[in-house]
Amino acid sequence: MTIVLLLMLAGIIAGFSISRYPQLLKLNDKLTSAAIYALLFLLGISVGLNKTIIQNLDKIGVQAIIITLGAVSGSVLALWVLYRFFFKPEKSNGGRNEK
Amino acid sequence: MKNSLIILTFFVLGVVLGLNEKLPDLMMQTDFSMYALYVLMFLVGIGIGADKNSWSVLKTMKIKVFLVPLGVIAGTFIGTALASLLLPDLKLKEVLAVGAGFGYYSLSSLFITQLSGEMLGVTALLSNILREILTLLATPLLVQYFGKLAGIASGGATSMDTTLPVITRYSGKEWSIISVFSGVVLTLLVPFLVTFILKFC
Repeated sequence: MTIVLLLMLAGIIAGFSISRYPQLLKLNDKLTSAAIYALLFLLGISVGLNKTIIQNLDKIGVQAIIITLGAVSGSVLALWVLYRFFFKPEKSNGGRNEK
Repeated sequence: MKNSLIILTFFVLGVVLGLNEKLPDLMMQTDFSMYALYVLMFLVGIGIGADKNSWSVLKTMKIKVFLVPLGVIAGTFIGTALASLLLPDLKLKEVLAVGAGFGYYSLSSLFITQLSGEMLGVTALLSNILREILTLLATPLLVQYFGKLAGIASGGATSMDTTLPVITRYSGKEWSIISVFSGVVLTLLVPFLVTFILKFC
C-alpha cells in the first residue's frame, strides 16, 4: 500500500503544476470518475463471485448501519463540545445568525 | 447523491454479473483492481494538488480550525469503538478502519478490500455511503440541536463537496470554508489512517 500512498503524493505534486490548465483539470475529473466506476464495478464482480459475502449480505448491512450510527453520533457530539467552547458566536448579536 | 447512485449502480451491476458468472475467463482470473487503484490514487492526487480553492482556504485559517477535523477523527473513533461492542463478529481495528472512511466510500472501500478482503470492503462501502446519505437527510435536524458544526461533523470527508450544499444551507455561508477545510483534511487522511489502522493496530 505504500506505493499507492506515494502515487497519491506524486499526483498532488503533478496537480500543482497543471492547476493553470482548466481543460486538463476537467479531463482529470472525468478520468477520476471513470476509475472509481471501474473499480467499484470490479469490486461488485468479486463480491458477486464470493458466496460467503452474498449469503451474509443482510448481516453486513446491519453491521454497516451500526458503524455509521456510531461514527456520526460520536463526531456530532465531539464537535458539539468544540462548538460550545471555541466556535459559538458571542451573545452580542442576540444569538441570532445574520445571513 | 446522484454520484453515489451512479456508483452503487456500477457496483450492483458488477455483483449481478458476478452472481451469474457470465464473464470472460480473463476477468475471472486476473485481479485488475490493484492496478486500477494505482491509477485512481494518482488521479485523486492530481485533483487535490490542482484544487486552488482548498489550498487558499488553508492560508486564511486560524489555528483553531484544525480542531474541527481532529474532533471528527476523535469522535468517529470513540463512536465506532463503542459500536464495535455491539459487533462481536468484527475486530475492533476492522470497525475503526471502516469508520476511518469518514464517508469517502469509494476510496476507503477499495483500500479496505485490498488490505482486509472483500467482506470488510463491502461493509466499508455500505457504511460510508450511509454516512453521506444520513448527512444529507439529517443535517437540518442535527444543526438545530447540536450547533453549527453538526453537519460538518456528520459529513466527515464529504463536507468538502457532496454534503457542502446542505451544510451551507443549514449552518450558514460563514461555515462553508470550515466545512471545506475539514473535508479536505479528512479526505487526505483517509488512505493513511485506514492503512495504519489495519496494518499496525
